[in-house]
Amino acid sequence: MTYKVTEENNISTVFLNGEIDMDVTEKAKEVILPLVESGKEVHLNLKDVSYMDSSGISVLIESHQKALENNTKVIVKEVSKSVLKVIMMAKLEQILNLE
Amino acid sequence: MNIKESKDFLVSTASLKDVRTFSREVFEKINLPQDQKDELVLAIAEAAQNIVKHAYKDVTETSDRMEIKISLKDNDLEIGFFDKGKAVIPENIQHRKLDDIKPGGLGTFFIKQIMDAAVFKKDQKEWVNHLVLTKKI
Repeated sequence: MTYKVTEENNISTVFLNGEIDMDVTEKAKEVILPLVESGKEVHLNLKDVSYMDSSGISVLIESHQKALENNTKVIVKEVSKSVLKVIMMAKLEQILNLE
Repeated sequence: MNIKESKDFLVSTASLKDVRTFSREVFEKINLPQDQKDELVLAIAEAAQNIVKHAYKDVTETSDRMEIKISLKDNDLEIGFFDKGKAVIPENIQHRKLDDIKPGGLGTFFIKQIMDAAVFKKDQKEWVNHLVLTKKI
């Protein structure tokens, strides 16, 4: 997994790339959670994420919940078809902010 | 088409990518819709992850290996997972309730969604755990 972070108008966008599994979830959390904890709105762009397992889904849930605690929001954007299928399998499409 | 392939992997999160690569290579040989292949790869990866995460819980580093066997006979797909970690008590395995939104506990749910059956067998003396996933394809 690789990532890129951009900042614009107090919104941090994290572009994740590659496959997100248990081996990289700590790295993903280290990138995402401090941004959320700083109170910024965070956009997670998943268009280049080709695979996500239950560990990756846990990162999305934790980010979402951390955002609620910090009175901000995480928006999951441009979800690839394969990742959307996993999100839907977990019945999270109504819980996470998907765009 | 009949297939019987197996491969062993170091018990480590770093092996999960190799597990997926192996699974994808096997399923390339089978005429199935890509969506279904992707689901099967996810189920295999989740089961392998469970070995690392649960059978080897609190083990930071090991030289142990886990083995995965994929076999297809007629339309019966069988995937075996063998490991030498802590013995799994099948009765204790349960996924979290889906409406209890929290990180974790989804891997087993995914496996159950994707496969027809997931059964732990006690038929291997040289291994501690033997999980068998089956699906009619």
